[in-house]
Amino acid sequence: MVDKKPSVTVKEIQEELSIKLLAGENNIERIIEVSDLKRPGIELAGYWKHFVPERIHILGTTETSFLEGLSKETLTERLEKFYSLDPRAVIITRNIKPMDELIALANKYNIPLLQSELSTTRFISRLTAFLEDKLAPIIFEHGVLVDIYGLGILIRGKSGIGKSETAVELIKRGHRLVADDKINIRAIGERELIGTAPERIKHFLEMRGIGIINVKRLFGAGAIKDSTRIDMVVHLDKWKDDKSYERLGIDTYSTEILGIEIPELTIPVRPGRNIALVLEVAAMNHRLNTMGYNAAEDLAEKIKEKKS
Amino acid sequence: MYEREIKITSKYGLHARPAASFVERAGKYDSEIEIVHDGEPANGKSIISLLALAAGKGDRIIIRAEGNDEKDAVNDLADFLKEAE
Repeated sequence: MVDKKPSVTVKEIQEELSIKLLAGENNIERIIEVSDLKRPGIELAGYWKHFVPERIHILGTTETSFLEGLSKETLTERLEKFYSLDPRAVIITRNIKPMDELIALANKYNIPLLQSELSTTRFISRLTAFLEDKLAPIIFEHGVLVDIYGLGILIRGKSGIGKSETAVELIKRGHRLVADDKINIRAIGERELIGTAPERIKHFLEMRGIGIINVKRLFGAGAIKDSTRIDMVVHLDKWKDDKSYERLGIDTYSTEILGIEIPELTIPVRPGRNIALVLEVAAMNHRLNTMGYNAAEDLAEKIKEKKS
Repeated sequence: MYEREIKITSKYGLHARPAASFVERAGKYDSEIEIVHDGEPANGKSIISLLALAAGKGDRIIIRAEGNDEKDAVNDLADFLKEAE
């Protein structure tokens, strides 16, 4: 699948975190592609072996007071070296007043130099949260995303299997549609998957034989949701008599999306089977499972007790 | 997997009616069909997904198919887009 590499510009960071630009204005549209940050203390002390220019560099009290203690020559030499290695952007925290050299040389090498009023730790945590959100890897998935009892369920299956119809039935039962047929999925901080509808087709859904419908207009604002965490994947499969399907629910299966494991169920579909109902039960059962209850295990335990 | 890149020449691009005809034609094939526009993929058998691409006149798209009739599917759909006004 083709993926776009997510990126964010220094300007967007400046606007989002409302920080001040001190130098390097010409390069404010520079692109940042990594969410890791760097405090270049050891580099400014003269050790340059692992310099990482692609990161944003943060100068806090430690770094700036160290620089102030340097002789004029050493300071100029270190900063020349620092800026010439082309760090994407340099941000000073705590509203520390930067030395003239920091500004002048940033302008010379065209490196954006910015200043925040927040303390280093708080600034780093805010910047990391923003970068992780903006730079989260994204994929586009064909399928339907619904919210059932507060759980985000991604419905997969071949076209024509009835994913959209199932979504409408779920909406009628009080659940919510997030996206039909095309979903943007992002992995936030390598922990969770967030699915949203592409802006252009938000709230729209296609029903064979009727055409395109606007779910929000038809069913109201309560029928839709802008985004959801993805808790489970349900694969709708055409019923095959010779295929065996899950009968106990003791074994669990999972699938991987953007490196994150998500529980997966395969539901066989045949005419007359109420898939929306099956999905409701699946969602509730998943909740019970995550609370530590497994019906099949419970039943097996009860039978064992009776025997002994 | 088989794919071809083509330029959209029809006046209205890959919008409502052309998209509907395209999806209908794509639906005849067994292969999975994907359209890629500007790095973004769409399901060639889903009208909503295709419309989300907002592919207009002059844009280049990739038609990609995977399955036992992939070659026929891609060539047929490419012809269809070339003929569309």
